Amino acid sequence: MAAAFLAPVLVIFGAFAYYPLGRLVYLALYRRNDNAFLQSSDEWVGWSSITDTLGSERFTSGLWVSIQFMLLTVPLGIVLGVLLAVAADRRLKGIRFFQTIFSSTVATSVAVASVVFLTLLQPEAGLWRNVEWLSLNQPASALRAVSLAAVWQNAGLTFVIVLAALQAVPDEVREASRLDGFGSVSRFFRITVPLISPALLFLAVVLVVHALQAYAQFEILRPAEDAQPLLYKIADPEGVSSLTSRAAMSLGLFVVTLVVSLTQFTLLDRRVHYGE
Amino acid sequence: MASEALPDPQQRREVRRRWATVGSYALLTLLALVILFPVYTTLVRAGSEPVPYLKSLKSDGGGLLPVGSDWGVFGRVLANDDFVRAMGLSALVSLLIVAGQGVTSILAGYAFAFLDFPLKRVAFGVVVGTLLLPIEVTLIANIETVRDLGWFNTLQGLSLPFMAWAFGIFLIRQAFLGVPRELQDAALLDGFGHLRFMFRVAVPVSRPIIGSFLLIAFLGAWNQYLWPRFAADQEQWQTIQVTLRSLSQRELTELNFGFAAAVLSAVPLILLLVVFQRQIIRGLTAGAVKG
Repeated sequence: MAAAFLAPVLVIFGAFAYYPLGRLVYLALYRRNDNAFLQSSDEWVGWSSITDTLGSERFTSGLWVSIQFMLLTVPLGIVLGVLLAVAADRRLKGIRFFQTIFSSTVATSVAVASVVFLTLLQPEAGLWRNVEWLSLNQPASALRAVSLAAVWQNAGLTFVIVLAALQAVPDEVREASRLDGFGSVSRFFRITVPLISPALLFLAVVLVVHALQAYAQFEILRPAEDAQPLLYKIADPEGVSSLTSRAAMSLGLFVVTLVVSLTQFTLLDRRVHYGE
Repeated sequence: MASEALPDPQQRREVRRRWATVGSYALLTLLALVILFPVYTTLVRAGSEPVPYLKSLKSDGGGLLPVGSDWGVFGRVLANDDFVRAMGLSALVSLLIVAGQGVTSILAGYAFAFLDFPLKRVAFGVVVGTLLLPIEVTLIANIETVRDLGWFNTLQGLSLPFMAWAFGIFLIRQAFLGVPRELQDAALLDGFGHLRFMFRVAVPVSRPIIGSFLLIAFLGAWNQYLWPRFAADQEQWQTIQVTLRSLSQRELTELNFGFAAAVLSAVPLILLLVVFQRQIIRGLTAGAVKG
């Protein structure tokens, strides 16, 4: 019975999650030989080719861009989410209208968000084409520009998560802190922030993952080449790298994902212990 | 003056509250304008005649208002075969993925919630492990697999790899674990088998969570970019997200079409969000707020 219920999931995960991991290792170790005269056979390139790729400028620069992108989008995303949620966590007439607007980018894909930001960032015809610190043509400013689009696209999700957390704070706690004479600012930082910190932590994890997996923004906004993240080098839309090195870089991304996930598990685990 | 108008503290508090309300609305409006600004500029770009608009950029403060308004562009997008085809393909692929995820997650969630079997923890570990293997990591190898299977540029190639999702399995398992014990006992007394219990009791009782999950799955599937971008290279197999990219890389003088297409492609999802706001938010926050 259980086997039948689990079979579909196991087959799909086997074929499209676990098997590919093994296949990546194979692709990274063997170069495809498409010589028309010889029988097509794959040629062993050796373990050193993986370490060579992971030490190459292409991989390290991509990883560094991904990390910078993370450092730009995660804190800004959390601050914006908190700002929107605090503003919208009130009992006012018409508040649902504002809440819908703030959450609207939940329904906006990364591709749509990127096209939308072209109207602002496009080097030739964007509204902000003369704003130098957001220029797509310079690596540093290009990364800021792409981050801005990403932060906007994430705003709906961050808002929704923080608002739900704020609304889960019991009314008695709010009342009590008000009666204790806390000012609204110290009330926020000393009562509210600790209470919603699990949600903020969850949000940070989500945003870190989003940042590591960002791709569409970079292909649509087309920032300077030095502002291309790791996944862009792996997907390689311009066909610059060999399959062998792209597979090795995928394994690198896997290790990064693993490290991030393990950090996340330990952090969330600790949170559970505190809660109990 | 002010103190004259406010004789007693009661009234003073009332006035202060009114100002706080005004302040709240001012802040909310300001934030809404910030969020909507890029949407506004996109509408302006879409509805302007491209050449006069590009010229207007050279003048001070140009670009903020539509130039030579051409709102018919939205009609032309809706009448465009490629746009309609891409939207249809996105809808079809998304519905297939949602249906697939619904079935596989309910079955697997049921097994983890109600059945005892050997290697249960190992099987659960296999599901958890897929969180470490997102499509971004496995992309290169999966493209090779899909080519080997002859599924490049096909419906199954676009949808099948996504028909199981760990998040859905966790969510539905959690919902099933919340099915009251009495219902299980009653079903047992009535001689329900597992399939009957699943369809007649467990699934109906968990409808709200399953509904939230299906909506989240649809949003995710519709908005997907990386996989459809590389799992197909023929134009007829491009989903709307991939089509938007091609449209955005046209000549500057043709870009109004792409901007209009981007706006129109988001409309169905915005409507979905407005109608099912509560359910979608419940799904999105499932991992963040416990209890």
